This record gives sequence, structure tokens and C-alpha cells, in this order.
Amino acid sequence: MLKSLDGDAKAYTRLLAELTRHLRAYYSRRLGDAQDDAEDLVQDTLIAMHRRRDSYDPKQPLTAWVYAIARYRLIDHYRRRKVRKAVPLEDAAELFAADDIEPAMARRDVSKLLDRLPAGRAALIRATKLEGLSNAEAGERVGLSEGAVKVNVHRGLKSLSRTRDAEGDGTPP
Amino acid sequence: MRTDDLIEALSERLEPVSTRAPFWRLAAWVGGGAVVSAALMLLVLGLRPDLGRAMGGMMFWTKFAYTLALGGLALWAAERLGRPGARAKLPLTIVVVVVALFALLAAGQLMMAPAPMRRHLLMGHSAQVCPCLILALAVPLLVGTVMGLRGFAPTRPMLTGLAGGLAAGGLAAFVYGFSCNETAMPFIALWYTLPVLAAGLIGAGIGRFALRW
Repeated sequence: MLKSLDGDAKAYTRLLAELTRHLRAYYSRRLGDAQDDAEDLVQDTLIAMHRRRDSYDPKQPLTAWVYAIARYRLIDHYRRRKVRKAVPLEDAAELFAADDIEPAMARRDVSKLLDRLPAGRAALIRATKLEGLSNAEAGERVGLSEGAVKVNVHRGLKSLSRTRDAEGDGTPP
Repeated sequence: MRTDDLIEALSERLEPVSTRAPFWRLAAWVGGGAVVSAALMLLVLGLRPDLGRAMGGMMFWTKFAYTLALGGLALWAAERLGRPGARAKLPLTIVVVVVALFALLAAGQLMMAPAPMRRHLLMGHSAQVCPCLILALAVPLLVGTVMGLRGFAPTRPMLTGLAGGLAAGGLAAFVYGFSCNETAMPFIALWYTLPVLAAGLIGAGIGRFALRW
């Protein structure tokens, strides 16, 4: 994203292609029987992001920005169509529920970041922080002592937070 | 149009942009609004005649700080709300804390004062005109904040308009402070805060339509 803001067209094409996949999943899940509109909304959102790309704050996660715009376009879509879709009360929770896509997109941010660490260190962080293994269990898996795992995870997280502070989003370089 | 073609078309026309640009546009619009508002104050109302003496006292600066804090914090919140996915909780919370704290101090002053004085502390001599004048001075600032915020991408137009309106009201009260010679905290807490809130509500109403994109 940062490269795109600087005018790197190739990076931008890649970014939009990837976001398109996320947006398709997002809209098709939400639109139910109006699947025909999904692709229109994807395009609508891509154009909205393009026109307002200077509203992205490099200190914020990219996915939060994309997701907020996607939701805004969806609400706008309902308003324009004057769709007052009758949703059975039991299903209404789904409309307001925390997004199923959001965690997926947050995972994307995390794994993009982890890809930049040395492979061993990234694997240890995945094992301890994402899979929920203890330091000892993770150490057993790769043949390190519990203390060594702890140090590695700590250093890895530290360098991740440095990268994040320096660059802001999870777009690959 | 196929989505792939759209992506290609968008990439082809890609020009570098700065994420700071919307901020500077907003600053320029609000700055312009503030100049108009200040000029109106100078030409129509005039500076308070005792300005020099007042600047030696505490109350002038208390008023100065209170109104500037309201305007600045609300403007900060509006800038956050203009960016999709960004959070504006912090500045909005501080605004509430500042207003509550000021109201508390004003209530304290009111309680401490002898009973016959209280009415004057609360009503001053300009309670009837002060809120109207602040609102009038807020008009150019409202235009400025709304136009400036249109350069962002607010996904919650009403809330963004509210923050922009509060900012316009706060800054208008700040400008008015150079003309008004009321010095009691209860007066400020009531008759300065009310028009700021009113400007906020007007901003929310405008934002609902003008800040859609």
C-alpha cells in the first residue's frame, strides 16, 4: 500500500488483486440471494478506495481501512437500492456480528509480517502465540530449550513491532 | 466491465499521493473560516476594550484555554473520523472530560459564592446575546470544517459532522473570547458550552448529507 501511495503501479495492481479476493468473500457472504450485486460492489469499493486512497493513515492497519470502506459501500448500496431486507430476527445477529472476514484479514496482516522474520523465529512465534503451545512444547518440536524459545519469541516480537512502527501496514515490500 | 480490467485501468492512472494532503486541505479550510470569523468579530463586535488589562488576569486565559481545547480536540477527532478504520475515542473522551471538569469547577465557584452573587455569576450581563453571537461566528467555521472534511473519506458522516461542528463551535467561542468581557466560570461553562454543542448538532445534521461520498 505504501508503495502504491508513492505511485508504484505494479505494487498497486498486486495489492488490488489481493484485496479483490477478500472483498468478494466479504460481499458474497453478506448479500445472500443478491449475489449478482457482489461483483458490482467489489468494483465500487475498488474505485472508492482508489479515489480516497490519501485517506489511508500509514500508522493504521491496512485491513481496518479496507474493511471500513467495504462496510460503508455496503450500507450505501442498501440505501440506494432502498432494500429494507427483511431478515428473520434469529439471523439478524449475523448482520451485526463481528466480522468473520475481519479475523481472516487480521491473520493476513500477521502472516505478512511474520514472513519477514527468519523462518525459525517465525515458526516459534506461530507455535507459541498462534497455536497456543507452551514454550517448552514449542522447544521440543524444534529441539531448543525452553529459555531459548522464550528469548527467540521475545526478540522476534520486538523486531516485528519495530517493523510495524516504521512502516505501518502489512504490505509486502 | 471485468474487475481485472478495472484494476488495470486504476493502476495505469496511478499518481503518487500524500496521506497528509487531506489534513492540509482541512487545515486550510478551517484556517480560512477562522480568518473570516475573526474579521467578523473585529468589525462587527470589536475587541473588548479592557483586553490589555484582562490579559493580566487568570480568567482571560482560562477562557482562552477552554475554548481552544474544545476546538482543537474536536478537530483532532474529526480528522480521525475522516479516515476509515481509524479510532476517535481518545480525543472524544478528552472533550467530555474537559467539559465535565470545567462544569465541576464552575459549580464549585457557584457554591462558594454568597447567594445574592450567584445569579450574576451565572447570567452575567450578556447571557441573552452571547450564545447567539458565538453561533453566528461559528457559521464561517462550520463551512470551513465541512468543506475540509469532504476531502477525507468519513465512513460515519453524522459523527464526523458532529466533531466538525464541535470544532467550529469551540473555535468560534475562542474568537468570541477576545470580544466578550464576561469573567465568571459559571457563565462560561453554561453560555459558551451551549452554542458549541449546538454547533456540533448542526454539524451532525449537515454531515449526514454533505459528508456522504
